[in-house]
Amino acid sequence: MRLKGKVAIITGAAAGVPGEMMGIGGAAAWLFVREGATVVIGDINEKQGRRTVAKLRESGGEALFQHLDVTSEQGWQGVVRETASRYGKLDILVNNAGIGILATVEETTVELWDAHMNVHARGAFLGTKYAIPEVRKAGGGSIVNVSSIHGITGSPTLAAYHAAKGAVRIFTKAAAIQYAKDKIRVNSVHPGYTMTPMTEPGFSIPDVMKAVMGRIPLGRLAKPEEIAAGILYLASDESSYVTGAELVIDGGVTAQ
Amino acid sequence: MRLKGKVALITGAATGERDGLKGIGGASAWLFAREGAKVVVTDINDEMGRRTVKQLTDDGHNAMYVHLDVTGEDEWRRATIATVSKYGRLDVLVNCAGDSAGSEFPVETTTLQAWNRMMDINAKGTLLGMKHAIPEMRKVGGGSIVNISSMHGIVGTFTVTAYQAAKGAVRILSKAAAIQYAKDNIRVNSVHPGFTVTPLTASMFTKPDIHADRVKGVPMGRMAKAEEIAYCVLYLASDESSYVTGAELVVDGGVIAQ
Repeated sequence: MRLKGKVAIITGAAAGVPGEMMGIGGAAAWLFVREGATVVIGDINEKQGRRTVAKLRESGGEALFQHLDVTSEQGWQGVVRETASRYGKLDILVNNAGIGILATVEETTVELWDAHMNVHARGAFLGTKYAIPEVRKAGGGSIVNVSSIHGITGSPTLAAYHAAKGAVRIFTKAAAIQYAKDKIRVNSVHPGYTMTPMTEPGFSIPDVMKAVMGRIPLGRLAKPEEIAAGILYLASDESSYVTGAELVIDGGVTAQ
Repeated sequence: MRLKGKVALITGAATGERDGLKGIGGASAWLFAREGAKVVVTDINDEMGRRTVKQLTDDGHNAMYVHLDVTGEDEWRRATIATVSKYGRLDVLVNCAGDSAGSEFPVETTTLQAWNRMMDINAKGTLLGMKHAIPEMRKVGGGSIVNISSMHGIVGTFTVTAYQAAKGAVRILSKAAAIQYAKDNIRVNSVHPGFTVTPLTASMFTKPDIHADRVKGVPMGRMAKAEEIAYCVLYLASDESSYVTGAELVVDGGVIAQ
């Protein structure tokens, strides 16, 4: 068991009900629980999040749902406090919550820009900020920020999403440098095209799917479980010398 | 067992003696064996390689030793044939053999001889390994190739010029192969270790002034153990990384994130 005895918060992990399409957060929650971790799911989708937690518990794992809007400072303070008081510590944070709305630079409204920046970048910032004191108390730990290949290269149809994921990428390195002395590792994961409840509407448009598939050397979309396995590697002590790094899981898209 | 049923060939893997300081190849050989792989240990140091394999097999693991100078194409042919004739298949190749000795010069004083030697061992060795492993992997429906580059295949330093160029070649060669063989379900990725204490580096990194100077630049404040790199190699070798190809994994304690 690669996460035995560890306590983890995963944001945007409500979509984790077996038999339904899972998101990256939901798949990570299942993998973490199977590897022995206690998992706190933070999400705005209470109904789905509670169903996921019920299923995780039925499987014999320890899990807890917490309502969390990642853009809210008070929300983060509450979730970290509840996690520490209930489970005694915090070892791992996975900042996974995200949104994605298609809009080019010209089409992007200030509202759309702010929404992306707030959920992705401010969310990862606040999560990291409030997790660090607890992780330090535990003697160190691991923070995994889910960025994207779109945090590394551009695309024809998105603007704010790229900027927000790019911010997450470099914010990760800043935090990694600053807290290495506390044995807190901070890394980013960069998924490629992954079939999740968030992306499914876009990928169900035949033209979009065709264009996307033409760009993937491995010739298929990722499953959320394949991204979760990368998150597990970075969350576990197996990556004890990895910090400030970026793990691209994209079937070869950005290697071209 | 994360590599159950897989056959893995690892170059530069002689440094796996139980009681000695392990190299990245030797540490990977043990980790792979514990995760269920049959391991082909290859090296030019036959004596040490055979001792490593004996310890692996004494422990109940499946392992064999094959002499392999990675710069020789005939040797690669023989090594892949030996692997397939003993274990029936090849699923994983780890191109770990490497050297930086003799390259400790800036551009102006780097000799052509040092340049060629670095390119041969580090870059040509990787090309030849992939070239001869790929047909075998295709036969079994895919596989994983892990090429050990270096953080010095990404950023520059004041010294080891030819070594850096060769490791940079490994980095991008990995991406070329990844794109070319993705359709065959063969994944190719590179690992970029930072300062790691191994039999290759120990004589240098254990000198107090050099150690202090290097560690000063490491946010985590220490050097890596070979086992910490081996876990990364395991992730890339196993099916857990089934959607990872053409990627580079930096395991450097934060050095190049600065």
